Amino acid sequence: MSASALLADDSLWELFSRAISLRDYNTRVVLAGTTMLGISGGLVGAFLILRKRALAADVVSHAALPGIALAFLLAERFSPGSGRSTGVLLLGAFVTGLLGMAMTLAIRSWTRIKDDAALAVVLGLFFGVGTALFTVVQKTKTGNVAGLRDFVFGKTASLVAADVWLIGGISVAVIVLCGGVFKELSLLCFDEEFAAARGYRTTMLDGLLTLMAVTVTLIGLQSVGLLLVVALLLIPPTAARFWTNDLKIMSILAAVIGGVSCAGGVVLSSSFPRLAAGAVIVLTGSVLFLVSLVFGKERGLFPRWRSQRQFEQRIGRSDLLRACYELLEPILGSDETTPESLTIYEIDALVLSVTRQWPRGRFHGLIATAVRDGLLVLSSKDGYHLTLRGAEEARDAVRRHRLWEIYLLTQTDLDPRLVDRGADGIEHVLDPDQLAELERRLGGESPHGVPPSPHPIGASGT
Amino acid sequence: MNSLLTPLQTWTLLDTWIVVIGALAAMACALPGCFLLLRKQSLMGDAISHTSLLGVVGAFFVSHWLVEAKVISPTTELSVRHVAMCVGAIVVGVLSAWLTESLQKLGNVESSAALGVVFTSLFALGLLLIRAFADNVHIDLDCVLYGEIVTAPMETVGKSGVPRAVIVNGFVLLINLLLTILLFKELRLSAFDPALATTLGIPAQTMHYGLMGLTAMTLVAAFESVGSILVIAMLIIPPATAYLLTDRLPRMIGLSLLIGAISAALGHVSALTLPPLISRSIGIADVQDASSAGMMAAAAGFLFVLAMLLGPRYGLAVRVWHRLLLKLRIASEDVLGQLYRMEETAPRVIADADSSDVRQRTSWHRYITTHSWKSRIATWLLMRRGWLTGSHSDARLTDIGREAARTLVRSHRLWESFLAKHFLLGEGRFHESAEQVEHFLDPELLAELDHDLDRPGVDPHGRAIPK
Repeated sequence: MSASALLADDSLWELFSRAISLRDYNTRVVLAGTTMLGISGGLVGAFLILRKRALAADVVSHAALPGIALAFLLAERFSPGSGRSTGVLLLGAFVTGLLGMAMTLAIRSWTRIKDDAALAVVLGLFFGVGTALFTVVQKTKTGNVAGLRDFVFGKTASLVAADVWLIGGISVAVIVLCGGVFKELSLLCFDEEFAAARGYRTTMLDGLLTLMAVTVTLIGLQSVGLLLVVALLLIPPTAARFWTNDLKIMSILAAVIGGVSCAGGVVLSSSFPRLAAGAVIVLTGSVLFLVSLVFGKERGLFPRWRSQRQFEQRIGRSDLLRACYELLEPILGSDETTPESLTIYEIDALVLSVTRQWPRGRFHGLIATAVRDGLLVLSSKDGYHLTLRGAEEARDAVRRHRLWEIYLLTQTDLDPRLVDRGADGIEHVLDPDQLAELERRLGGESPHGVPPSPHPIGASGT
Repeated sequence: MNSLLTPLQTWTLLDTWIVVIGALAAMACALPGCFLLLRKQSLMGDAISHTSLLGVVGAFFVSHWLVEAKVISPTTELSVRHVAMCVGAIVVGVLSAWLTESLQKLGNVESSAALGVVFTSLFALGLLLIRAFADNVHIDLDCVLYGEIVTAPMETVGKSGVPRAVIVNGFVLLINLLLTILLFKELRLSAFDPALATTLGIPAQTMHYGLMGLTAMTLVAAFESVGSILVIAMLIIPPATAYLLTDRLPRMIGLSLLIGAISAALGHVSALTLPPLISRSIGIADVQDASSAGMMAAAAGFLFVLAMLLGPRYGLAVRVWHRLLLKLRIASEDVLGQLYRMEETAPRVIADADSSDVRQRTSWHRYITTHSWKSRIATWLLMRRGWLTGSHSDARLTDIGREAARTLVRSHRLWESFLAKHFLLGEGRFHESAEQVEHFLDPELLAELDHDLDRPGVDPHGRAIPK
């Protein structure tokens, strides 16, 4: 097992191995069931997130509290001793959870109280009633509230196999169902009207999604606790969103993150008995979320920062080369600026640095990068030569800039003094097709040469 | 009734203090709650109430560490801890608001998802710390969560006999009141129109974080005495209830304070009276009372539902009633119009009075039997008002009724003429539109139409437009 290589520390390994090797039947079952729960949570959550309903799960979990207490009271009343059966309690939770959802919908559509406040009102009301009922339970003869309290804070480790079979079984059913109606649900999330026009019953699909969300929330109660169960549906898909724009990949990733955080939580909390499983599951998810936030390929901070930086570097490089060209142009004459001739003359760094108002540090950085990339070579102290490659790139940069300037001058009534600025912004984002089109429209003079500048250089360039 | 009130006969000073503490906490919460609601940040309060657990835990660690390091003596630890808890909660509250906003901006995460991620993570961290170091600090999770409003009055200050919780919550209420009054203009503007507020030089960011800090402070002060449930409920439910009742912000704030206080009283009374009643009816005899904090939250919810159903302006009942009235008005106007047209097509020529009479009666009969219950009720109402005479099966317009009917038919035909003049519509299309619009044209508009059409004598179908 490669894990042994990772965990050199013997004592830590001992703790982990006990949890990972699953010597104990109950741990094995709990691990499997909770992982299934995490997978189904991530999967259903992906759709909830897209419909901007993630926090509805929080309301459902809070609304479950009075249902659990009521179910216990009623079960104890009619057949004493049956009150702690998970099935009965979950049924109660299901009823009031749905009731809470219904009330949110009613408030939202019948009053002027909107989404977030409607959620907050229902949450407060149901939680209050639930607490009151819990104290009632506590005061009945049979009502040791301990078993019920696990629903509030969650107690993964103490789950019994029978409960886990229930949780795991329902999770698998949700996963299968979700996979079965995947196409319909994606359509619902992205374009509800289109889905309706295609003949899908959007109300039914929406109801199905809600039902699945309620189900996952409720079976998650015992593992994570009602205060945190929303995290199962919320964190994995939000984390997955940083990696991809494709819903299919996103939901698979959300399922994986959900599964991993649940499994990790169970393993960690059974290795360190002090750690509350629910909190560890959530925090494992949070860590994965942070990793995604920073490194996520599509929206992560680091990739975005890097592509931003690369873009800035490209701009700086082409600005520098253009400045080189414009320094050499008067010496060569604008008809003689072949790549070869551009490499002949030396460029004085000091003169170059004042052509544009580069800060000192940035200028030296640009020069260093250009030398490293083989565009410039240092020929004397503070004197540089363009290389052949540098000269070609410089010609390209100038051509892009001037084509756009000429285009602006011929197509708009802009003041010639302003076109330089306008071209500065655009030249870097022109692609070859657009350049070809520009050249075609401007009459196709000097197809591969560089047109002369339409305005005196230096007057507006500095 | 008697048995319902029996538990109240043992009402003591303690019960009074419980109600006072609950009311003070509810009122203190309602003030920032109003602005949270208007700023569409209702769930932020809920989130902060969760995350401030982390602040509370942090405060425990700090005060514990200070005692260990012999910076403070164990005797002063308690008071230091209270201050530290308050500071910790404010810090974490502002932190969670800031994290949520950063996630939203930096990571392009949708606001509710960002909120959810932040509050579950921070709360989980708080829980983890409590469990991991439970030996060192004695935090009763239940107490933080549910509060012990019942025992809160026991801890009194000095010899005055005034419970500490009253002073703490009262003090917070006072601070909130003062800040609300002093910063009323700024708060109102930044709640309703943040863009305008920014252009007027009100620092929106500072207001935002200030409100978050204030919310966190209020929450943590109330936590200890009443528990987070009451706090979560009281932060939003009373303001939401008030919002259903009025359109004016000062009135909304006043109402939410009142509703908070009423909820506290109602909640405690029902905590004493309802549980025995309910438990006896389902056959569990030994329940005396329920959690007062929970019942206070439930009472606030009850008042909300009441306002939602019976509110004078936005209540469901009022709106249903208005819709019914409108439907009845339209039905009665339709009945009047129908009778007017029947009189038109069957003019009471004296020589042939009988046959025209019969024709009108049969066509009325056909009308009233093919139309819905609304027309029948409308006919009955019109008869009572004296606009119709005769019997249900043979209704006739009275002079006043004919006058009203004439106005209606005039509206109908003027509108048809207007449509014919300005729109290229098929012949059959005028009628449908006019059938709807005729009920909503006021005299001014009619005069305008009449003027626009150069006082036409007939409508596009060639029928006379009554004057």
